Amino acid sequence: MQQLTFGEAVRQALVEEMRRDPAVFLAGEGVGVSIHDNPKAPTYGLLQMFSPERVKDTPVSEAAIAGLAVGAAVMGLRPVVEIMFSPFLTIASDQIVNHAAKLRYLSGGKSRFPLVVRVKAGSGAGAGCQHIHNLEAWMAHCPGLKVVFPSTPGDAKGLLKTAIRDDNPVIFFEDMVLGLVPGPVPGEEVEHLVPIGKADVKRLGRDVTIVAWGRPVLEALKAAEQLAAENGVEAEVLDLRTLAPLDRDALLRSVRKTGRLVVVHDANKTGGFGAEIAATVAEEAFPSLKAPIRRVAALDIPVPFSPPLAQYGIPDAARIITAVKELVNLH
Amino acid sequence: MITSTKKIDLLESMLLVRRFEEKLTEMSRAGERIAGMVILCTGQEAVAAGVCRALEPEDVIISNHRSHGHLLAKGAPPGPVMAEILGRRTGCNKGKSGTLHIAVPEVNALCTTTVVGGGIPIAVGTAFAAQYQRRPVVTTCFFGDGAADEGSFHEALNLAALWHLPVIFVCENNAWAGAQRHEEHTLVQDIATRALGYGMTGHVVDGNDAVAVYEATREARRRCLEGKGPVLLEMKTYRWRGHSEFDRQLYQPKEEIAAWMERCPIKLLQEALLAEGVLTYAVVAEMEDRARRTVEEAVAFAMNSPWPEPEEALENVFCD
Ligand SMILES: Cc1ncc(C[n+]2csc(CCOP(=O)(O)OP(=O)(O)O)c2C)c(N)n1
Repeated sequence: MQQLTFGEAVRQALVEEMRRDPAVFLAGEGVGVSIHDNPKAPTYGLLQMFSPERVKDTPVSEAAIAGLAVGAAVMGLRPVVEIMFSPFLTIASDQIVNHAAKLRYLSGGKSRFPLVVRVKAGSGAGAGCQHIHNLEAWMAHCPGLKVVFPSTPGDAKGLLKTAIRDDNPVIFFEDMVLGLVPGPVPGEEVEHLVPIGKADVKRLGRDVTIVAWGRPVLEALKAAEQLAAENGVEAEVLDLRTLAPLDRDALLRSVRKTGRLVVVHDANKTGGFGAEIAATVAEEAFPSLKAPIRRVAALDIPVPFSPPLAQYGIPDAARIITAVKELVNLH
Repeated sequence: MITSTKKIDLLESMLLVRRFEEKLTEMSRAGERIAGMVILCTGQEAVAAGVCRALEPEDVIISNHRSHGHLLAKGAPPGPVMAEILGRRTGCNKGKSGTLHIAVPEVNALCTTTVVGGGIPIAVGTAFAAQYQRRPVVTTCFFGDGAADEGSFHEALNLAALWHLPVIFVCENNAWAGAQRHEEHTLVQDIATRALGYGMTGHVVDGNDAVAVYEATREARRRCLEGKGPVLLEMKTYRWRGHSEFDRQLYQPKEEIAAWMERCPIKLLQEALLAEGVLTYAVVAEMEDRARRTVEEAVAFAMNSPWPEPEEALENVFCD
């Protein structure tokens, strides 16, 4: 199978969907001509491949970009718009939260808003807290939005293709840290569609369930390998891939099997999506739990700039291992 | 109107900014010495110096991602600014900010934001406070031509004009916003004309002429303090380097850069002062030397400063 980086996989999804459906168009700051003149960037070369009519470089205008998507979608187009960095979702959020998410409901189900908002997130690239702030829980809090956050290039491609074909607004988070890690991605010869709302067991295990999305999935896998090798603890790693709708069945099935749960995310702990997962498990699978639920999350601080400070807040394999060991009484 | 002493001050300030940023270019090329982005104002020093040296110490500035010039010209200490850029504990913001959002309240550089357009409404707030407190303080807000496309720009200008707030909106039009040239993101040739739509005064200024920038700012400041309301100044200048230091500028015509480098703001003022007999070559050399030494000292201060301890990440989220 072809090995693609995350960005290349996203681009392949965009190309395939744009070829398949003329209603799909792209818009955003630098989606055509970019300061990142890099073949690994998701929208590299698309302006040349398609036309300025379908690949729209916009002014620095997040509210307008999101509104453009809402309006174009209700007319039957399939906008895939880009908001550069997750914190700038706040500028676009009137259109996303009050309009994209609610207008179908307000129409009594008569209107459709098939739009995708692509946005960079993750644990950052050293730019500080105005460029990195993981707001997926904010988005998942809004009924009417689907929230997708893949961890592998293959999932990114399949989920984005599905998102573009979905008739609902989808917020699609792209983890910046995963950008250059290649992985297997099915090519154009197969119809690679990963369903929205289905979690994926990235590693089977019997002793503890580690739930994550985005970059922390890789840390969870690292932790699981180390726990197996050094402690004989077999961790099951569940990659949610989609936060809304949440794959409750997969989550509960896994926890009922292992009896232990660690949730990992790059977003701040308080009010993060890990709380939702913990609450779901506590409500539905309490009798199966052999130990308390643990959350391994970013600290409740804005992301600091200085490398030693920035490193301090990031959930890594070591912190996951510590949490697991507490649950299986290895300390 | 402008004294020779002031002109020399403008030159000195521009020289410091230029040397400071050239050093950053050198360091970022040298590899891993700077984490994150390095975004410079090389070629735009006349705006930073001309505006900030026209302000009084109590006057407030609100800056954006291209802030080093604004901060240094406003009097921020080069050592702590450099230390912040390098993420050290002795940095202006203890390493929390890095290069992009440095605040130096000691010199009334109250906010630098890297959210494009984000600072413009904040300037409405600081200007309102000064008006409310009946203090003779003007707020100056720096932003690019790209930022003038954000809703925040329009909402802020309307409110500032409506309430006659003492704020100078400085649009630093360096011809580019990311990889988009001015004509590719707005149809108005002069951002300054937008002032009209809000019942405000707007002027286009030669942003490479430090003296013109200084005089326009002094005049705007006077108007503001007389209660005549805000002013929008559009400084026409040019971004010599890429959006940031990792940008290879493939979209930016080489001839265009060369033409603007001919109009280097430092060279223009220096030549004028030499021609006027205000400066001699010897004095210029001394000034160059002083700027270089200041920067070397700033780098040494930063490099000899400790990194923050990881746990310091937890501090400063709230007031104690
Ligand atoms: C709200 C927001 N959107 C996008 C960005 C990414 N970005 C940083 S600078 C920039 C271009 C700004 O252009 P301009 O305002 O003209 O300032 P210049 O960089 O030219 O000085 C963009 C799009 C951002 N920082 N903030």
